[in-house]
Amino acid sequence: MPSLDDLKKRIKSVKSTQKITKAMKMVAAAKLKKAQESAEKGRPYSEKLQNIILNLTKSISDDSNAPKLLAGNGKDKVYLCVVITADRGLCGGFNSNICKLAKKHFKNILKEGKELKIITVGSKGHDQIKTDYSKYIIDKKSFKDKKKISFKEANEIGTKVIELYEQEQFDKCFIFYNNFKNVITQIPQAEQIIPTFIKKDGKTEDHIFSYDFEPDEDEILDDLLPKNVTVQIFKAFLENAASEQGSRMTAMDNATRNAGDLVDKLTINYNRSRQASITKELIEIISGAESL
Amino acid sequence: MSEEFKIEIISPDQSVYSGKTEEAVLPCFEGQVTVLKDHIPLITFLRPGIIEIEGSEKFYVEDGTVEFSDNNLLILSATVQSLKNIKTQEVGSMLREAEQMLSKNQVSDKQRYILNYKIETLKQIN
Repeated sequence: MPSLDDLKKRIKSVKSTQKITKAMKMVAAAKLKKAQESAEKGRPYSEKLQNIILNLTKSISDDSNAPKLLAGNGKDKVYLCVVITADRGLCGGFNSNICKLAKKHFKNILKEGKELKIITVGSKGHDQIKTDYSKYIIDKKSFKDKKKISFKEANEIGTKVIELYEQEQFDKCFIFYNNFKNVITQIPQAEQIIPTFIKKDGKTEDHIFSYDFEPDEDEILDDLLPKNVTVQIFKAFLENAASEQGSRMTAMDNATRNAGDLVDKLTINYNRSRQASITKELIEIISGAESL
Repeated sequence: MSEEFKIEIISPDQSVYSGKTEEAVLPCFEGQVTVLKDHIPLITFLRPGIIEIEGSEKFYVEDGTVEFSDNNLLILSATVQSLKNIKTQEVGSMLREAEQMLSKNQVSDKQRYILNYKIETLKQIN
């Protein structure tokens, strides 16, 4: 049985923890709004770009001449995985969900006898992955000191990925990130970015425009496809940023509530032992008086 | 019949401009293109230059992609900036940077072409 003083101290410490988690929740909520906005603003760009590429690919008649970024280099041996996580913790299952999904993929890739290369973005993911897969990690990036991730950072990674591809360091590239659905749900996602994978949904447009290309298709595709890689990475960044704040908000909300429960429990404990000690003292006094 | 068509400029962070206009002049890679209503569907990309929207703002771009179809003009660019918001200091430092790049030896023809236009446009703004 802890003493009254100990209980008092514990209640105090839990309360101060609660204050911190509450503050973190508020901060996350404020940041979430911003991040969510920019994620939503960023969506049209990547959608429209995919649309243009889709229109372009429709007009390419000869598949064998298609650029490598679009059609692949015909090989299927080396996989590059870009795992995008946060730089900060205390955000629930956010980082571990991405890592779990990524590790599952890694296992499959290795099981099939393929070669694996990993680039981690964000320090938390790197910490989790390096325990099992450190020999596959070829690069790690972290933007801890940046306040806001802009297109420039995405470009940096995109250029690097394309450079590696041109040197034929890998054949296929996947990115892993959390897709922001709403504040409570974030879905970890694996997406193939090289060769460019374009979702062809059932409703293909009836009116296929015969576009005028200036210069010719190939040159435009050569210009667009690397851009698309970067844009997909940037989109992943934005989604991730929003997911991180959302996830942190729910995590901190839970923590605040748990702290509240704990305080209640401890207070009841404290009151009980206070009463017990009073009763004990009374009994002592009374029995002392009786013996006189 | 109105002679207007829809125009939209989108950067990765946000939608920069959206509205209707009768005429837009774009600095396309192979020369300036003026788009009017009922232009044939077009896909092309931009070199550094200024986008002029009739009856509205002007924008500075370094690169970008343009799609015109069904009287919708779509401009995707990561470097688009409204001329109103661009600061003289920034232009100066961008200009210096571009000139430095150009003075280096290992510049491909394509890069030189783009840099020359960039310098020219920036001087024009200044």
